[in-house]
Amino acid sequence: MKERLTAAMDKIGLPRLIIGLFLIVFCVGAAILKLPMSMLLSDMLVRFGMNAVLVLAMIPAIRAGTGLNFGLPLGVICGLIGAVVAIEYKFSGLTSFLVALGVSIPLAVLTGYLYGLLLNRIKGQEMVVGTYVGFSIVSGMCIFWLLAPFHNPEMVWAYGGTGLRNTITLESSFDKILNNFLAFNIGQVQIPTGLLLFFAFLCLLLWFFSRSKSGMAMHVAGSNPRFAQSCGINVNKMRILGTVLSTVLAAVGILVYNQSYGFLSLYNGPLMMAFPAAAAILIGGASLRRATIGHVIIGTFLFQSVLVVASPLFNVIVEGSFSEIFRGIISNGVILYALTTGREE
Amino acid sequence: MMAMKLELAKNSSVLTVRIRQKLIEMAVPLLFLVLCGIGAYFAQLSPVFLINEIIMRMARNPLLVLALIIPVVAGMGMNFAITLGAMAGQIGLIIITHYEINGITGLLVAALIATPFAVLFGYLTGKLLNRAKGKEMITSMIFGFFANYVWQLFFLAFVGSIIPMRNEKLILSTGVGLRNTIDLAGIRQSLDNLLKIQVVQGLSIPVSTLLVVALFCVLITFFMKTKLGQDIRAVGQNMEIARISGIDVDRVRIYAIIISTVLAAWGQLIWLQNIGTLNTYGSHVQVGLFAVAALLIGGASVTKATIWQVLLGTFLFHTLFIISPVAGRNLVGDAQIGEFFRVFVAYGVIAVTLLLHA
Amino acid sequence: MALLEFKNISKFYYGNQVLKNVSLTVHKGEIHGLVGENGAGKSTLMNILFGMPVIHLTGGYEGQIILEGVPVSFRSPAEAMAAGIGMVHQEFMLIPGFNVAENIKLNRENTRANLVSRILGPKLRTIDVRKNRADARRALDRLGMALDETVPVGGLPVGHMQFIEIAREIDKENSKVVVFDEPTAVLTESEAEQFLKAAQKLAAGGMGVLFISHRLDEIIKICDRITVLRDGEVVASLSRSEASVEKLAELMVGRKISRLTVAEKKSGSQKPILELINFSVDMPGERVEDLSLKIYEGEILGIGGLAGHGKIGIANGIMGLCPARGTVLKNGKQLPLGNPMRMLNEGMAFVSEDRRGVGLLTDESIELNIVVAAMQSQNRFLKRPLPFFTLEDRAAIREHALKMIRELDIRCLGPQQTVRSLSGGNQQKVCIARAITLSPDILFVSEPTRGIDIGAKRIVLDLLLKLNREMGVTVVMTSSELAELRAICNRIAIVYKGRLAGILEPTASDLDFGLMMAGEYEQRGAAQA
Repeated sequence: MKERLTAAMDKIGLPRLIIGLFLIVFCVGAAILKLPMSMLLSDMLVRFGMNAVLVLAMIPAIRAGTGLNFGLPLGVICGLIGAVVAIEYKFSGLTSFLVALGVSIPLAVLTGYLYGLLLNRIKGQEMVVGTYVGFSIVSGMCIFWLLAPFHNPEMVWAYGGTGLRNTITLESSFDKILNNFLAFNIGQVQIPTGLLLFFAFLCLLLWFFSRSKSGMAMHVAGSNPRFAQSCGINVNKMRILGTVLSTVLAAVGILVYNQSYGFLSLYNGPLMMAFPAAAAILIGGASLRRATIGHVIIGTFLFQSVLVVASPLFNVIVEGSFSEIFRGIISNGVILYALTTGREE
Repeated sequence: MMAMKLELAKNSSVLTVRIRQKLIEMAVPLLFLVLCGIGAYFAQLSPVFLINEIIMRMARNPLLVLALIIPVVAGMGMNFAITLGAMAGQIGLIIITHYEINGITGLLVAALIATPFAVLFGYLTGKLLNRAKGKEMITSMIFGFFANYVWQLFFLAFVGSIIPMRNEKLILSTGVGLRNTIDLAGIRQSLDNLLKIQVVQGLSIPVSTLLVVALFCVLITFFMKTKLGQDIRAVGQNMEIARISGIDVDRVRIYAIIISTVLAAWGQLIWLQNIGTLNTYGSHVQVGLFAVAALLIGGASVTKATIWQVLLGTFLFHTLFIISPVAGRNLVGDAQIGEFFRVFVAYGVIAVTLLLHA
Repeated sequence: MALLEFKNISKFYYGNQVLKNVSLTVHKGEIHGLVGENGAGKSTLMNILFGMPVIHLTGGYEGQIILEGVPVSFRSPAEAMAAGIGMVHQEFMLIPGFNVAENIKLNRENTRANLVSRILGPKLRTIDVRKNRADARRALDRLGMALDETVPVGGLPVGHMQFIEIAREIDKENSKVVVFDEPTAVLTESEAEQFLKAAQKLAAGGMGVLFISHRLDEIIKICDRITVLRDGEVVASLSRSEASVEKLAELMVGRKISRLTVAEKKSGSQKPILELINFSVDMPGERVEDLSLKIYEGEILGIGGLAGHGKIGIANGIMGLCPARGTVLKNGKQLPLGNPMRMLNEGMAFVSEDRRGVGLLTDESIELNIVVAAMQSQNRFLKRPLPFFTLEDRAAIREHALKMIRELDIRCLGPQQTVRSLSGGNQQKVCIARAITLSPDILFVSEPTRGIDIGAKRIVLDLLLKLNREMGVTVVMTSSELAELRAICNRIAIVYKGRLAGILEPTASDLDFGLMMAGEYEQRGAAQA
């Protein structure tokens, strides 16, 4: 009996188990404290949808063998540039979203390609190098945002300041453009249909890719580079492919995130974005070398839901921004767990 | 086997390799020297002010950077987890502030309290890093983030509620959580003032602190000549050979991190006694980043770090730190740019060095 | 008195007996040679002596080791070293960043007490640099080496490194027995000379020396007594006067062979399907130097030789897995090197010696492992629903996998089973299945039956024969097991020190094979002919 229990626990994985338990406990606590469950559920769905694409961005990186993409901020910045351009030229509604995508995706392809070249030179240290390359570019972009030749008064500092503001509203452009698309209610719970459909669409694309010749080649290159080489696969090329896809998904992901949130966060906003995304996929059961779409869905759902329920719960019990602390402990804790329990290569 | 022996034999031109290495080592500091020169020109600060600032920083910062040397020698790369050492030091300060122990005595008591915490934190870090061999740097970085959140959990949520504090002055107005800034007036400049020489108006030299820094330089040099120091060097060069020779590799690595963390704790104490204010939730956060950047700017790499590089790097990094905002303001009309620039430099130096040497 | 005695040592690895009642004695002041092919059991015997963990983890051993009259059983290399047994390894255990003295005294440095160490413990004692250097100097002098002990080891010539290792053994105070494992493998002639003299000096000083080598002429030169191991058994124990290079060679190799096929030798077309000219491969540990070889269409060519001499490097170099130089001609057409895809497209397939490392995706299914190479290089098993979009053709993959499973008799739960859980023999069949799926003209197989039990070995060899006879595939088989090469090959090429030492018929004498593998054929073998 004990063996079966431990075997089941091993299969589920420690992170999933712990977070799952937290979720159950919190939900029970929320019910006891008579918190509005329908609002919590609506929140869970929205938070799931808005974060899931960023987590999806981890998959190509892991599958190609470059580990967790801690250079995610690079893709995020491409997305932000796209959004800022869309607003600058006063696009609105769906058009603004499409323009943002249209600008960010090619930019992300180029950025991903260059970043991929870089990663090929430091095999084995992708995570730490990616982190600091990401950090430096974000800091460098701070200077850019300050000096950028943008003029739309919605974005620029008021009273004759130069440069863009820290947060820029999306009210006039693509705020909630996906969330509201075909949205409907089940009782008191709001379903952000467009958001979920968009995510599902991206999952489908990724799934088809993984079953294509290049997708398989990338997977093989990430699983066993020497085996891949013997099949004639160009491992370096596959790593770059994975990095490009990851960066593009990050760019798309931040646009999805921001349209739900309603604001763009420039300057140091993107700095730490890689970590919660990495934590989410790890919670979902992925490892540094293996990740599937299922991991993304489970992990994002568990992680975001726990945070959604924790926040009001903590506000009742404890004072202060405890949910932020909770999030930090969980995400970093999960990443530490993954770093220290990998198989020896 | 056979081929490895042949390849080793091919490295016959040791001299040219050495010269090339030296050039690469000096390239980064030289670049930053030039940058500082350019910045200084645009900043147009008064020489007395500049020199005073530089001397002050050469007194209060180096120990934090010295803390990084030993893990590098042990082959564990940049120890971003010196944040935990800084936190240990801060625990000491919070306690002496709570019990209102002032002056140099207060500082020494703080050090006494901080040390066992630092040893514990270093031990935990070391154990963690032993389970992540080959990925030490990213692990120490994430552990630093993690520890910071635990710190917040403890001092923001637990202190005042689960952990009662008698000294009301330290608690936030809500009754739970430590204040955001804590005035360290009691121990402010306590070390600096022990032996301070005022050269001219606006330029004073904290000789006592500089002597402490010099003392640690000597201690570290001495340490590397001991058996443990030699073992650390061996482990850093080649873990397998060290293991086969009978050295307890895992233990040695833990020692290295413990020493690093303790030095960081004391370093943070020296730093804070000069600043005079504890930013409860911020003072320890960027310790790792800035210390690593300073060390790398001094010409060190992931596999090699010397005391001279620590001193040179501290000098260059902090000079740039002082100059950038002012230069930014004079050049572009915005001090913000200067501030962004120096953070960009810190991150960028680390990214580039990792790229070149990892 | 016998200094070190191995008494009736037997060892089983997962049911395979690798050592059978091996007995060997080394006397004080004696240089005792130990020779045998790879796989004869020499390394296992040494692992037992040194208490390597792998021995204990796989069921221990039978028999006794007796050191100076006292039975001993070491549970770790540290214990063996403490008892006075030293080993000079094939891989250098030297730290390039340390100087000579530091390496010699590694973890045995002389130390002095100081103020701190009296308080905080012995680990903080100061290193006595002068004393260490003096000790090192003494050891080097005993070897007649004029090397400066303060020079960093990295950058020293290989020969010097070997001597530093010996100096380390000499410096150990209670050194009683030293084992030399292939010490002259990478030394030049003159360095080897110096080395042999140093070994003799050691023995003269009273130490017992166990000298493992494939260089039979050196063995004859300095060993007082010689033990020959073959297939885990002692086949001979000779004194120097009784031994000769030829005798040793013959003893090493000889065994009964059963040919798997009454060689109705395919009157091989005289057309070379593949030709190597001045071919060199940079494979760490298996370098190939300037090798020239013709492979004829429709034959089964064997490539043999001792480990580390390059036979494994040939196929890896041809297939582009390791950097290579020189010329490779297929049917007269020159092919570019370092391009695995091109080689696959030219009809060549490879089953690697590193089954789990290079040969398989261990966490993937059987069917994926079988089809992936063909999918990538020949665009097979793909559907094309839209231009530019390919999709794996699951049905075709499944069908093909089932066919392969049937034809090769792969024992498994189904095509979706993860390869990791298959037995070694079945894993090998999956690798071969992948190669067959490519429909190659030439199949390179390296170490086809390594790590496979006896029953499965036959099956794999039969499979290769079938491929050759029924499907006309030219097979190039690289193997450390001479027996299996002699069982199914038409010709056998022997590689020595990266070069082609010669080509023999499978029916050639044991002596010829032994001499060729030991590099003595040119000198002595030809004279016999």
